[in-house]
Amino acid sequence: MNFWVIQGLNGLAFGSLLFILAAGFSLIFGLMRVANLAHGAFFMLGAYVGLSAIDNGMNFWVAILIGGLTVCVLGGVMEGLILRRLAGQPLAQVLVTLGIAFIIADGCLWLWSGDPRPLPMPSELQGVLRFGGLIFPKYRLFVVVVAVCLAGALWLLLERSRVGAMIRAGVDDMEMARVMGIRTSLLFPLVFCLGSALAGAGGVLAGPILSVYPSMDTDMLPMALVVVILGGVGSLGGAFVGALVIGFIYSYGQALVPDLAYVILFLPMVLVLTIRPTGLFGRRLV
Amino acid sequence: MLRPGGILSALVLSAVLGTVGAQAQDNGPIKVGFLTVKSGALAAGGRQMEEGLKLCVDQHDGKMAGRKIDVITADTAGQPAVTKTKTQELVERDNVDVLIGPLAAFEALAIDDYIRKVKVPIISPSAAAEDLTQRKPNPWFVRAVGTSAQAHHPLGEYAAKDLGYKKIAIIADDFAFGHEIASGFQRVFKDNGGEIVQKLWPPLNTADYGSYITQIDPDVDAVFAAFAGGNGIKFLGQYRNYGMTKPVLGSMTTVDEGILKNMGDEALGVISAGWYSAGIDTPTNQAFVKAVRKAYGSDPGYYTVGAYMACQFLNNALEQVHGDVSDKQAFMKALRNVNIDKSPYGPVKIDDYGQPIMDIEIRKVEKKDGRLQNTVIKTYPAVSQFWTYDPKKFLAGPVYSRDYDGGGEKK
Repeated sequence: MNFWVIQGLNGLAFGSLLFILAAGFSLIFGLMRVANLAHGAFFMLGAYVGLSAIDNGMNFWVAILIGGLTVCVLGGVMEGLILRRLAGQPLAQVLVTLGIAFIIADGCLWLWSGDPRPLPMPSELQGVLRFGGLIFPKYRLFVVVVAVCLAGALWLLLERSRVGAMIRAGVDDMEMARVMGIRTSLLFPLVFCLGSALAGAGGVLAGPILSVYPSMDTDMLPMALVVVILGGVGSLGGAFVGALVIGFIYSYGQALVPDLAYVILFLPMVLVLTIRPTGLFGRRLV
Repeated sequence: MLRPGGILSALVLSAVLGTVGAQAQDNGPIKVGFLTVKSGALAAGGRQMEEGLKLCVDQHDGKMAGRKIDVITADTAGQPAVTKTKTQELVERDNVDVLIGPLAAFEALAIDDYIRKVKVPIISPSAAAEDLTQRKPNPWFVRAVGTSAQAHHPLGEYAAKDLGYKKIAIIADDFAFGHEIASGFQRVFKDNGGEIVQKLWPPLNTADYGSYITQIDPDVDAVFAAFAGGNGIKFLGQYRNYGMTKPVLGSMTTVDEGILKNMGDEALGVISAGWYSAGIDTPTNQAFVKAVRKAYGSDPGYYTVGAYMACQFLNNALEQVHGDVSDKQAFMKALRNVNIDKSPYGPVKIDDYGQPIMDIEIRKVEKKDGRLQNTVIKTYPAVSQFWTYDPKKFLAGPVYSRDYDGGGEKK
């Protein structure tokens, strides 16, 4: 009994982390159809910037803000200077984002050396919670709360706000949205900044669990891809469900069938794509 | 008909040329090809290797046995295919006399055949794969570090005899290095009456150890954690985060000085084993540690001391052959015959397989002068890669692998 509960909590916490990682990717892909392969690098860069902020005496919450803002600005610049010129050329865009991922990774190596570093967690979230015979780290429960709040906030933004309505219109039918007078050219940098900021802030948030190290980007990018593909491309709800499903499979799978640890993340994706190529919640793109 | 003057000048010319040729042979620089990693995930270790090598060459004023040392550095990016290309470049274009490197075991394996073919002596400053000096020894290979299990055989004995542990759970990186370390520890721990109740193998790039940590049997006396690279930081942080209080035994790399400097209190009390610790209290080592701290601002660890010692091996061999590397067989024999009394490791000799016999330290992470360090709490002198087993029997026995089930034969 304990086993199922504790591994369930592990899965929930890891799934939450994955949602925070994948939300920005999903947002950007949904509107812009750009598979931003620099997303993992953004995540790592955010973590490194946050680490430097903490090294310089700032507290954890400020570090999250700074990590998010830095990557937000970088994402905005990247969209404005490069991606915009490649509009309508998905292959070129993918290659450019991959190239930028390499540049960021080497830049991090240069700026922060290659030493793996722990990112200290805020003192108020250290320690464990005990309930019954169970023990669970406070920080991981906090990550779950953040993921739920983030999902709620994004839902409100997309479903209940005017900007959200414009974004949804753009996602559904870009040309028609333009005809209706929605300036998608303004929406693009906005969404790209927001998606990047989520990656950057998410990196800092994940730091106390994952620590910060040179191949963090290439470790995390495939996870974001798996979540988004499983949940359905461009669907935030799908990303949320996808992240939790992956979290549970990862957690129970590693405990129950350890020999499958390598493929366990990718098996469900392959299965879902075979049966339902658009993912769990995806719609056929127009 | 030849004019006498013509003959004379020809003689003079040949004499001059002859001297120049002979001089190049005797006093020209010795070319050392250095395979390290400057880019990619392993770059931190590569940088430490560079620092160790540079310190050693500088301490010798760039000269060994009267000849200048010319280090040609190549970046393998930690990728076996690149390692192969770079090695070929160093050997065929730069005509290096000796190689030091590469960093990772899979890189060393990738160039093994090539080294046998071109017969260039190679000193390994880091790659610990057992069979490089056991079942598939390469006559041109000598290692300046321990094998994966060399330090962890004694740790198995220490855990059973000195610490009195009966039941241990093993958690280790799921790749050859982790398998070999875990197997060596398991064998000797079981030989001394201990029991391994559980073996967990998280993949090398595991993001979250939570689901492994929560599987650890609550009845064990301790957990033996064997991790490489940054995984030690990740695991220990998460382990303490889960409120785990069982003592942790570590492999040498779990709490290596290279990452220990970035760790926090989660590492305190971890007992590990290694052929080196910055805390070894000999004048030779303390001078070395002081020099590294002065030059690079941190304590030497696995990679720094490995490359430093590879360079000392080179020096020792060059002195044996008086700087003459033209006879490759003789030079290689000297490398296999390295015998150093005083080094950061302590005394070092080489066995018949090209593997050092050296002291193994049992180390405990403590905080001193505001920084974490591996304090030596026991020393096993002159430990062979085969521990106390007979080499022939050892080699005939099962290979240390993921499924290794040995140990406990001599209770």
